[in-house]
Amino acid sequence: MIFSYEIPLLLLLLVTAAGAILVKDLMSAVLLLGSYSFFLALVWAWLGAVDVAFVEAVVGAGLATVLFLLTLFRTAPKDTRLRRPPPSLTTLIIFPLLGILLLYAAKDLPGFGDPNSPASVHISPTYLKQSYQDTHTPNVVTSVLMDYRSLDTMIETVVIFSAGIACALLLRRQRR
Amino acid sequence: MVDALFAVFHRPNFLTFVIIFLWGFYIMVTRYNLVKKLIGMYLVQTSVIFFLVSISAKKGATVPVLLSTTDPVQVASYANPLPHVLTLTAIVVGVATLGVGLALCGAIYRQYGSLDEQDILEKLE
Repeated sequence: MIFSYEIPLLLLLLVTAAGAILVKDLMSAVLLLGSYSFFLALVWAWLGAVDVAFVEAVVGAGLATVLFLLTLFRTAPKDTRLRRPPPSLTTLIIFPLLGILLLYAAKDLPGFGDPNSPASVHISPTYLKQSYQDTHTPNVVTSVLMDYRSLDTMIETVVIFSAGIACALLLRRQRR
Repeated sequence: MVDALFAVFHRPNFLTFVIIFLWGFYIMVTRYNLVKKLIGMYLVQTSVIFFLVSISAKKGATVPVLLSTTDPVQVASYANPLPHVLTLTAIVVGVATLGVGLALCGAIYRQYGSLDEQDILEKLE
């Protein structure tokens, strides 16, 4: 069964996230964040979301870590030792309240792994049943992404393109 | 009360999501260093995506790639593909916005010589 292997993986996820947050050196925090992304990809592969796991391993663990490291190399290493300010009273009140509220809502969620949860019964059976007749692709995720929702995917490349243009404009060397 | 605790521990994915989400949000609000804030933002993004993906899981189900293209499809034996599609888009767009944020950090560092919020505020005055 998938779900008994989940607890150690979730613990690893929590430990690496806590490491990325608690470590004072920014370089180690970024590398720990990369390992967090990788464990996240592992958890998603266990949950049956292999396409998402591929993308997270390539884009999250690879590209995001490289972007963080490039920024750290551009900025001076003297900035990597961090100050940790004492939390204000407002954050000390608001964040536990928000956490209790979220956990209180947990019992209204459908059980994880339930085949009859509302997310899995409304429209997704139609996609699973129809996609091979409509698109002749056995991978349902690919057929939804590139065929049913191909306009969405095309506009998404516009978003990425404008993000790339913004990066290029921001990092351009100014001529004096 | 006991019921609520029981419900939480039956959903370990949700508990993990809440911890990582709130901790990353807290880091975004309280830390002074801009790169640390972006690390918090990345944790918030990935935790929400993690929650969406764990909704799509089904017990005893396999990946949403059809095993046989001729037999009628047993819906309960494949994971729900729709959250996967939505989160694929969300991951890529999230990393693109993260790249813009990091480029902004580089520009700020070139202008003010620091990534610490307090130092930047002092130099702005």
